Amino acid sequence: MAARRPYVRPMDGWWRRDRFFLKYMARELTAFFVVAYALVLLAGVIRLSQGRGAFEGWLDGLRSGWSVALHLVLLAVFLFHTYSWFSIMPKTMPPLVVSGHRVPAWAITAAGLACAVLASIALFVAFKGRPR
Amino acid sequence: MHARSNKVSSTPETRTIAVEVLRYQPGDATTPYVERFDVPFTDDMSVLQGLQHIKDRLDGSLTFRWSCRMAICGSCGMMIDGVPRLACHTFLRDFWPGPLRVEALAHFPIERDLVVDASDFIDKLPRIKPWLEPGVPLRVRAGEHLQTPAQLARYESFSHCINCLLCYAACPQYGLDNSFLGPGLTALLHRYNSDSRDAARAERMELVDSEEGVWGCTAVGYCSEVCPKHVDPANAVNQNKTASALSWLVRLLPGRA
Amino acid sequence: MKRSSQPPFWLLFGAGGMLSALVGAMLVFLTGIAAPLGLFGAGTAFTYERAAAFAHQPLGKLAVAAVIALFLWHGAHRIYHTLHDFGVRLNAFTWLACYGVALAGTITAAVALAVV
Repeated sequence: MAARRPYVRPMDGWWRRDRFFLKYMARELTAFFVVAYALVLLAGVIRLSQGRGAFEGWLDGLRSGWSVALHLVLLAVFLFHTYSWFSIMPKTMPPLVVSGHRVPAWAITAAGLACAVLASIALFVAFKGRPR
Repeated sequence: MHARSNKVSSTPETRTIAVEVLRYQPGDATTPYVERFDVPFTDDMSVLQGLQHIKDRLDGSLTFRWSCRMAICGSCGMMIDGVPRLACHTFLRDFWPGPLRVEALAHFPIERDLVVDASDFIDKLPRIKPWLEPGVPLRVRAGEHLQTPAQLARYESFSHCINCLLCYAACPQYGLDNSFLGPGLTALLHRYNSDSRDAARAERMELVDSEEGVWGCTAVGYCSEVCPKHVDPANAVNQNKTASALSWLVRLLPGRA
Repeated sequence: MKRSSQPPFWLLFGAGGMLSALVGAMLVFLTGIAAPLGLFGAGTAFTYERAAAFAHQPLGKLAVAAVIALFLWHGAHRIYHTLHDFGVRLNAFTWLACYGVALAGTITAAVALAVV
């Protein structure tokens, strides 16, 4: 009998091999964009602490074409984050049983997305504030 | 004869499909190589039957594991067009005209052709204590354990695992670092933790709470996608992340549980 | 068997992920698109007066700090593990590069908000 010589295959580029893995990577890469937006807000908070002139300078920066374009990209990524977050959320939960029936994963995802819509509306209303 | 409406052809028409098998023999000083076989098949034939045709008629040295031919023994797991599947549960007609690529299960060392070295899984199995620990000594004359349907429902799906290892082939974290306990073993561990007859949860949670336990998982979720028995190992692992994190929080509180 | 150190970071990751999933997109839209372009009257809503007034209130400070900090901790945890997925060796340097930025950002936000 021949001696054993098990062959270990390399893992390089594993995430390119399957559509499922590509979707996973896209989800993971949203993290860079979440950090980017947090840094934009951080800049704004720093400018706010420096007074009116500084903050209005930050607001001006947001009005530039590059900034709006960046935020359009950020918006698309954040929407994908919302969808992918509530898609994976059911996996982290123990079975939810309501009147004897197990709540399916898609229902938990739908409930999460609904909460996101409601929270977004509430934020929109609060941001706009009372009419002058 | 009345007409039938199913997709599969009612006449045993024979077509030919190209099957490309990743071959490897440890004796020869070579790396794995692809060998192509032209396999005649009828619509009712599985990939396993295709491999058996190759071994019986074309090349008797082709090596692969199989047993029940009906997706319950878990022996015939392999990569079929890059996806971990049971060969007996996958049909040649769905890949015609091919070429259909067949490789040994990913993330395990190849022993020979389509056979992998699964000893990492086997060696880890006793570590999760895959048995019921009663906690208190029981007498036979006290009768059987009683369990309500609700108690059964808590662990039943996790008991359906056939140890086919498709989830390990799907899990990139296991592929990148095989010290990770992995989806199948965590699902089995969870099966025992969730069983009302068992009392060994605290011991199993030591393994869960470690870096090799659930914390090696990044919620890719592919394991649950490929599981032929719908065990949902991703749920078993990630539910236990929540449990592990909550127990970490509780430990911060003064006093002991 | 040694307990993993991940739980606190995973909890922060979860909190940040939940917050950003609920309100992140709308925040990006309001601050980065609607207000700059003057859509829906958001331009007149996003002014120094209103931002300063909001950030003067303790709850306002907390809200802004929570958004910035939790988004950073969420991102740090995910980026750290994604580096591993790409084959980057995880060591003290990569750990500090990821979580250090989150910590620095959290402290900076807290200090700036305290001063507002």
